[in-house]
Amino acid sequence: MEIKQLHLPVSEEELCKLNAGDIVEITGVVYTSRDAAHKRFCDLLKEGKELPIPVEGLAMYYVGPTPAKPGRVIGSAGPTSSYRMDPYSEPLLQQGLKIMIGKGPRSKALKDMLVKYKAIYISAIGGAAASISESIKKCDLICYEDLGAEAVRRMEVEKFFGIVTYDTKGGDLFEQEIKKYKKI
Amino acid sequence: MIREIDVKDISMHVENMLIDACENIPNNVLKALEDAKAKEESPLGKEVIDRIITNDLLARNSHLPICQDTGVVVVFVEVGYDVHFNGDIYEAINEGVRNAYTKGYLRKSVVRHPLDRVNTKDNTPAIVHVEFVPGDKVKIDVAPKGGGSENMSSVHMLIPADGLDGIKKIIMDTVFNGGGKPCPPIIVGVGIGGNLEKSAILAKKALFREIDDESKDPILNKLEKEIKDEINMLGVGPMGFGGTQTCLAVKINCYPCHIASLPVAVNIQCHAARHKSIIL
Repeated sequence: MEIKQLHLPVSEEELCKLNAGDIVEITGVVYTSRDAAHKRFCDLLKEGKELPIPVEGLAMYYVGPTPAKPGRVIGSAGPTSSYRMDPYSEPLLQQGLKIMIGKGPRSKALKDMLVKYKAIYISAIGGAAASISESIKKCDLICYEDLGAEAVRRMEVEKFFGIVTYDTKGGDLFEQEIKKYKKI
Repeated sequence: MIREIDVKDISMHVENMLIDACENIPNNVLKALEDAKAKEESPLGKEVIDRIITNDLLARNSHLPICQDTGVVVVFVEVGYDVHFNGDIYEAINEGVRNAYTKGYLRKSVVRHPLDRVNTKDNTPAIVHVEFVPGDKVKIDVAPKGGGSENMSSVHMLIPADGLDGIKKIIMDTVFNGGGKPCPPIIVGVGIGGNLEKSAILAKKALFREIDDESKDPILNKLEKEIKDEINMLGVGPMGFGGTQTCLAVKINCYPCHIASLPVAVNIQCHAARHKSIIL
C-alpha cells in the first residue's frame, strides 16, 4: 500500500493533487476541536470576532482525547464522527481551513463545500486511539479548558495515518468503495 | 437467610471492571476481529482491521484506553431476592464510575443536562438497570458505551403485518445508513417485542452477551446468523471504506408483546466491544 507523505501546512496546489483513496501520513501542526468548541467558534464569527486559533491553510482534527497518563504526551486520541461538525463547517472553510480529519461519512452539503473552498476531508481509523496517540509528539492546551476533553489543543503530529476520503474534486471514497462490495 | 452486601465492595468492583474494560479488549472480540481480517476481501478493509488489532494489543500491553471515547457507563445489576445492601446501590455504582474515570485517566463524556451541556467532570451518572432474580448473589455487568455507535441506533414501532421482513429491513437500513459512523466492524444488538422502552433495553442487553454466545431460542439463533450474513453483503466494510466485514455478530433478544405491536430496537456496538462482568 503506497503511502504519501503530507507535510503541513500544504499549498492549495498540492492539496488538489490528492485523491479520495490516497493513503497519507501527516506531519505538522493540527488543531483539535469537537462539537462544543465548533459552536463557540461559529458564535464568535457571527459576532464578527476573531477565532482563538489560526485556521487559514491549516488542519482541524476532530478529537476529544483521554487525559495523558504520567510520562505521556496525550492519552488515547482517535477521531470522532465528523458529520456532527457539518453544521459548523462552512464558516471555518470561509476562514481558510483546508483539512478536516475525523471519521465516517458526512453530508452532501459538506462534500460540495470542500469542492467550493478547495479543502479535503481525511479519515483516521476510528477506535485506533492508542496507536494514534503514538504519532502525536506534542500537545498544548490552547483554550476552552472548561470543556474538558472538548477543549481546543494544538498538536504536533508525525506520520499520522490517514485516508483521503473526500477530495477537492468531489471524489468520495465511501461511495467509490461500498458499491464494489454491495451484493444486496 | 438474608445476605448482607457492603456497597463499598460494589464501588470497588465497578471501578476495577471499568478500567479493565477500557484497556483490555476481550479475547473473543479479538478473535472475531482476526477472523474478520482473514475473510475481508477489500485490501483497505483488511488494512483497517489489521490496524484495529494492532491498536487493541498496544492498548492492552501499554495500559492505554483502546478508544478515546470511554463512553457513558451502562450497568445491569441482577440482585438476588435474598440480598440486602447496607447503603445506596446507585450511589455506590456512581462512586465506582467516579473513581475509575478520575484515577484511571479515562475521558469524562457526560453532560449534566442535555440542553445546558455542562460536563459533570467525573463521567457520572451511570445508566443503571436493576433486575431481581432468585438466590443470594449479585451479578454486575458493566460496559463503557461509546457515543458514535449509540447515535446510530434506533427504535421502531412496527405492526404485526410487517413481520420478519419488516424487522430485517429495519436492521439493514439502520446498518447501511450508519455506514462508517459507528466504527464497523460492528456488533448489532436487536430487541424484538415488549413495548417502546422494553425493546430498547432488550437490544442493549443483547449487546452484553458474549460475542460467541449463541441464542438458545431456535428462531432467534437462525435469525442471528442469517442477518449477520445479509449485513455483510451490504458492502459497508471496516470503517465504511467498503468490504465484506461490516458486522462481527448479531445478538437478538425478545419478549412477549401486545397483539397490536411489533417493537424493534437496534442498538449498535462499535468494534471496541468493551464489557466486564462479576458475580458476588
